[in-house]
Amino acid sequence: MVELAPLLLEGAGITIQVAVLSWLLMLPIATAAGLARLSKFAAVRAVTVVYVEVFRGTSLLVQLFWLYFALPFVGVELPKLAAGVLAIALNYGAYGSEIVRSSIQAVPKGQWEAAVALNMTPWQRMSRVIFPQAFVRMLPPFGNLSIELLKSTSLVYFITLSDLTYQAMVLRNNYVSMTPQIWATLLVIYFALAGIVTLGFKLLERRLQAGR
Amino acid sequence: MWDWNYALSVLPELLRALRVTVLATVGGFAVACIAGLMLAIVVRSRWKPLSWAARAFVEFVRSTPLLVQVFFLYYSLPMIAGISLSAFAVGIIGLGLHYSTYMSEVYRSGIEAVSKGQWEAATALNFTKARTWLSVILPQAIPPIIPVMGNYLIVMFKETPILSAITLVEMLLAAKNIVSVSWRVFEPYTLVGVLFLLISYPASLLIRRLEVRMNRQRGA
Repeated sequence: MVELAPLLLEGAGITIQVAVLSWLLMLPIATAAGLARLSKFAAVRAVTVVYVEVFRGTSLLVQLFWLYFALPFVGVELPKLAAGVLAIALNYGAYGSEIVRSSIQAVPKGQWEAAVALNMTPWQRMSRVIFPQAFVRMLPPFGNLSIELLKSTSLVYFITLSDLTYQAMVLRNNYVSMTPQIWATLLVIYFALAGIVTLGFKLLERRLQAGR
Repeated sequence: MWDWNYALSVLPELLRALRVTVLATVGGFAVACIAGLMLAIVVRSRWKPLSWAARAFVEFVRSTPLLVQVFFLYYSLPMIAGISLSAFAVGIIGLGLHYSTYMSEVYRSGIEAVSKGQWEAATALNFTKARTWLSVILPQAIPPIIPVMGNYLIVMFKETPILSAITLVEMLLAAKNIVSVSWRVFEPYTLVGVLFLLISYPASLLIRRLEVRMNRQRGA
């Protein structure tokens, strides 16, 4: 089993890199799209709905293939890492936008009215009153979404980005007799990574709930 | 850039693969519905070790990628258990087991929403465990969760391309095979995306309508 470690560690590095980068890109996309869904301009809402429905309605792997294999055909060539990160961020950004939208809509109407009564500008109203309250509601669903995002990083295996899953496949081809052990180890590693994400969100939730 | 003749020429092949995609989805969904219900019931078991084992299974399977689970099943089962299943069978089992853990949570919410009096009434009527579940609890627990289950059906439909990794020729792998012959990438992959959207979007609208209608009925 020891000979498996270096390659798996290398793969874990790539997996974490893809997960962190796509997560960081997913957050602004989700926030922007979630807010745009509530825009007073119908055109903005329409464009956002198309984005959300297209990315939720087709599957992530198809989007990844499209970005990596089909897009060069029309002149846009993305490196593997960029294609993987972009596909995952756009896909989960679409799901995340629904969390942002519903959490903002769940803030009681009185809060909006109070902000209007205090003569706040729309920006102040959103950034100081509505969004902070919505944010607390977003945390648990975003925790789940982040686990899903982490799991989805395994799909970059398909575009031969050398993440955990890819390295495990390389190892399996070299040590066929250890196949079950290799896949089992891989599952345990993913489980541990997911555990770290869960723990992080629990701590964050506790921190933010402290003053309530 | 977009060649309609070529696109139309590859469409029949993709539609044939769509059949495999749909069959795998339906098969996986059936497994998920049955295994999910069993998990939900076992988690409620009064015998703690059993309940913990089921909980641990749900937690583990939910937190690990379907792709890796499918690899595990496809490549390890023949070595561990000596059974070698087709890619289609492994695909259905893998997809089904993965989503059974999500489905068990859905069932749980449905079961917990049944009021306690229903359990007590079943006890008072001296119903057996099986009869309590089958004729009292489940008939009340399942209808409200049908829309959520429908959403998971759509999610599973969209996850089937993952099964291409174990050589199941569903839509994405069919497109890949077409591409490897013709070297024209753009149309096949775009068509696969369009086909997914054409099915999953109307389906999700239908489910949304069902949900609204059921909420109205319950409100009445």
